[in-house]
Amino acid sequence: MPIQRREVVAALGSTLAVGLAGCTVLGDGGNGDAGPEISGETLTLTTTTSTYDTGLLDELNAPFQERYGVTVDAVGQGTGAALETGRNGDSDVVMVHARRLEDEFVADGYGVNRRNVMFNDFVVVGPADDPASIAGSGGVTGAVDAVAESESTFVSRGDDSGTHAKELEVWEAAGLDVADFGEWYVDGGDGMGAILVQADQQGGYTLADRGTYLSMRDEIDLEIHVEGPVEGGPELLANPYGIVAVNPAVHDHVAYDLAMAYIGYVTSVEGQEIVERYTIDGEQLFFSQALAEEPNFEQYVPEGWEGASDAE
Amino acid sequence: MTVESSLVTPLLLEFPFEWTYLRSIVRVSLYVSLVAVALSTLCSLPIALAVGFTEFRGKTLLTSVINTGMGFPSVVVGLVVLFAVSNQGPLGSFDLVFTAEAMIVSQFVLATPVITGVSLAAVSSVERTVRDAAFAMGGTRVDVALVTIKEARYGIATAVLAGFGRAISEVGSVLIVGGNIVGPDGTSKTRTLTTAIQLEARQGRFETAMMLGAILVVLVLVVNAFVVRLGRGDGGYR
Repeated sequence: MPIQRREVVAALGSTLAVGLAGCTVLGDGGNGDAGPEISGETLTLTTTTSTYDTGLLDELNAPFQERYGVTVDAVGQGTGAALETGRNGDSDVVMVHARRLEDEFVADGYGVNRRNVMFNDFVVVGPADDPASIAGSGGVTGAVDAVAESESTFVSRGDDSGTHAKELEVWEAAGLDVADFGEWYVDGGDGMGAILVQADQQGGYTLADRGTYLSMRDEIDLEIHVEGPVEGGPELLANPYGIVAVNPAVHDHVAYDLAMAYIGYVTSVEGQEIVERYTIDGEQLFFSQALAEEPNFEQYVPEGWEGASDAE
Repeated sequence: MTVESSLVTPLLLEFPFEWTYLRSIVRVSLYVSLVAVALSTLCSLPIALAVGFTEFRGKTLLTSVINTGMGFPSVVVGLVVLFAVSNQGPLGSFDLVFTAEAMIVSQFVLATPVITGVSLAAVSSVERTVRDAAFAMGGTRVDVALVTIKEARYGIATAVLAGFGRAISEVGSVLIVGGNIVGPDGTSKTRTLTTAIQLEARQGRFETAMMLGAILVVLVLVVNAFVVRLGRGDGGYR
């Protein structure tokens, strides 16, 4: 039988050609859009699913990219994962919403120059008919008490996110221990959007940030039963977002200058106006918190920091 | 048929994505999977031929290891690759975290055992007489290998397709190492069809998730048809 080497080589060649064609396509995309000033540089932002899923970041990042010619790679993770990525030096700046975890991040030396960015609040959502009648049960602690009492389904984020941290705080404030809960307490282990879908399908309650809830209201049948401070609810449900640069002394390759430019932009009048203007179906999702005439030292240091008195 | 029409209507009438967005996620999906599969194939075929042609102690064990690799959980591969390409990891200096190239690395790791394992089975099933004949006709080792590849081409094509199927349908590892990034201008950097589907489903938009799923299936179908044609070759089909 003849040995048809050429055919086989041709076949291998075309396989390669397909692969290389893919390379070329992506290469073009990468090199084609050289920016005006700091062209080609990339800023990696790890952030929470709530800022990512609501679409706010697209609004914020487009003008920044245009002005600085820098690509912002926004990676949506839970607060815990976003900070961990920063700890590993794989992101340059972190925007999250769990003050205790941010403080740890700064106190451990991984983050520098923390600023307040914006806030909204958490709400307790559940089926429209409110089977555990939590609506009039006296604040958020009364509400979660009613859920636990009636053993109604409650879907927890269970993913070490800022929302999960807040949820645990709420149970604690109600004097309940999550470890004692039965099967009605579901550990969903996913992002906010996915948990809202899960709660919707299981007819359960959950704690959600108002932004993600509003952005998904059309897809689900859940309703707000306990309002947060934005609508006059308890301060316990406040949801402040902070932004922190990764410490270049710990990870010398991080784009610290870009990170600070980004923090400066997000906390500037222009950035804060974008935050204030961002609405879905006419509802404002986030509220500006970075601009204040009065000094706000508390945002730069871990909560409860005593100042320089014990530094020496 | 109300069920069908409710599924088909959004497919035909509403198209909730920008073309540039859709094109870019398809491009990233194809780029990552095709390059990963091409590299895997280049790596896997020599291994499959070498293992298939020789007898040695531990061959059964090696085959078992390769076959186990076929079922390796993609999330674990994603974590291991993330560890490797992280700025703290051994490949940190290449700055691969959250890039398409990191996704190629993880898909390469996922596809290689599949392509190696299935090609090995195909190569092993080529009868010894064929190889002996090629050798007797004065063929070099390379000629013998090429004859074997030609004889086993359907099996090898299946192997490549299985590897491609594993790569393009995979969501766990590319999400971890790629980060699912899309720029504010709506062009994907590391978002693939699968991670886009995951994102849509996570936000409760099941119809659009289904649409993207349909596009993925069509894409896989087209690539399969192409490779099958290639596998037949000209004159190769008797």
